[in-house]
Amino acid sequence: MNPDPAVAVMNLCRQYGDRTALAGVTFSVGRGEIFALLGPNGGGKTTLFKILSTLLPATSGDAQIFGQSLLHNPHAVRARLGVVFQHPSLDPKLTVAENLRHHGHLYGLRGKVLRERAEAMLGRMGLADRSRDLVETLSGGLQRRVELAKGLLHKPDLLLLDEPSTGLDPGARRDFNNYLQHLREQEGVTVILTTHIMEEAERCDRVGILHQGKLVALDTPDALKARVGGDVVAIRTQDLHEFRDKLIKRFGCEPAVVDGSLRVERPRGHEFVREVVEAFPGEVQSVTFGRPTLEDVFIHQTGHRFWDEEANGEQTT
Amino acid sequence: MTGFLLPVMTLWQREVVRFMRQRSRLGSALSTPLVFWLLLGGGFSASFRPPGASAGTGYLEYLYPGMIILVILFTAIFATISVIEDRKAGFLQGVLVAPVSRASIVLGQALGGTTLALFQGVIFLLLAPLAGVPLTLSSVLAGIVVMVLVSFALTSVGLTIAWRMESIQGFHAIMNLILMPIWFLSGAFFPAAGLPGWLAWLMRLNPLTYGMAALRGSLYLGNPAAVGALPRMLPSLFVTVAFAAGSFIVAANSAQRKMG
Repeated sequence: MNPDPAVAVMNLCRQYGDRTALAGVTFSVGRGEIFALLGPNGGGKTTLFKILSTLLPATSGDAQIFGQSLLHNPHAVRARLGVVFQHPSLDPKLTVAENLRHHGHLYGLRGKVLRERAEAMLGRMGLADRSRDLVETLSGGLQRRVELAKGLLHKPDLLLLDEPSTGLDPGARRDFNNYLQHLREQEGVTVILTTHIMEEAERCDRVGILHQGKLVALDTPDALKARVGGDVVAIRTQDLHEFRDKLIKRFGCEPAVVDGSLRVERPRGHEFVREVVEAFPGEVQSVTFGRPTLEDVFIHQTGHRFWDEEANGEQTT
Repeated sequence: MTGFLLPVMTLWQREVVRFMRQRSRLGSALSTPLVFWLLLGGGFSASFRPPGASAGTGYLEYLYPGMIILVILFTAIFATISVIEDRKAGFLQGVLVAPVSRASIVLGQALGGTTLALFQGVIFLLLAPLAGVPLTLSSVLAGIVVMVLVSFALTSVGLTIAWRMESIQGFHAIMNLILMPIWFLSGAFFPAAGLPGWLAWLMRLNPLTYGMAALRGSLYLGNPAAVGALPRMLPSLFVTVAFAAGSFIVAANSAQRKMG
């Protein structure tokens, strides 16, 4: 699609012993794009993040980042990456300024250039008056901002963010997203972020949905939602399976049993709701009806509810 | 070259600044050896006479250089634990994705650990008059050189473990089965003379034995007769340099294998 992409991921696989965390993922991200990897925990997005940030070798496959192979030339890739981790990567015993200075040194920045850039970065993040404070004395939200300042200090071309909005309230999350848009427009930074929060993914240019180590869908948020055939109707009733058979016979639709209700994707959903209620009076306990969200896209693509995987995972561990 | 040295310097500096901000670490690294020394040294002083040493050497005095090595070992163990934690969820994550060679990361860490170990070892050295060890300027300087070498070697051993371990679970086993026995069998606790053959051989194969001997030799530079039967000074220094260089290469290699 894109002749000169920022990132081209080619059939990346990762095994942990017998477990397959990534089962052949292929996609590309254009320059200046804000790209979300959406999926439940355990879907493979953290593994993919680690591979792209050069922390973890892939079992097979490769990725080109600005034309450099991750497999053969990780050193050249690293120089162009800015990485913001999910877990704090600041030293809490050092001041904000000291954290940035060490980080700058690792990227070959020093002296006046480094000082000026750190000051500018802190100013932009609204942290100018906190630069002499120990990181451990800052609130969680401010620490996240320092993390971001650190990830951007060396002017990376590709910013990788692992669950960036963890620990941010919705207002801060919106500010953060606006800032990413600004970065993209002003400096042409390409952004790849992982998230399990639908609203966050909706604000990105394109979304790749990862499920059980596979990329099950990839498109713009609107195009993804358009894949769900129209509206989404969820029906609750006494006997789900019996009612399901009735619906299939009567309307020729394919209701999925999701989370204790029958879920039907229909164009002109409001008419369908009326028809169902009239056809089976007294049998329907409740009906919800809505425009598809990315969560519906996830169910549409996988047949699973978004949080199922995680709930199962928690039971087994 | 700045591409190699700048990360080394900055990581080194970080270790030192962190240490200065955490005063309690100094206390905990020094207090355990101090208590060991006073209780064990005092306790065995009535029954223990190091074979080959001159009649005046009591156990408190014999144990004293061994305690300096123990201070260094504890510092190395602490560095190991902090590297494992730092890599999983901490500052090191950011270092690992930066365009710096793994060797420069490990060198920065090793020099940081060496500095802290040396600093604490020198503080312990101030207790020499209490132990009855007569220090001269030349013995202090020689002692510091040996302490630098041993600190670098033991920190590198710790870093090798740290870079190969995924979590600190299981670290206690390694500490009890590898690190502490290296110290026990270095001549810190008891001399090799008169031991059963297999134990004497283990001591002879232990690289730390030579660091221990070099430190004893340095502290008693003016009075070599007091140390009794030990490996000679020059070969001991040679083995210790090789130990430091070798363990650093292994540590850097371990970090390299983690990822490109």
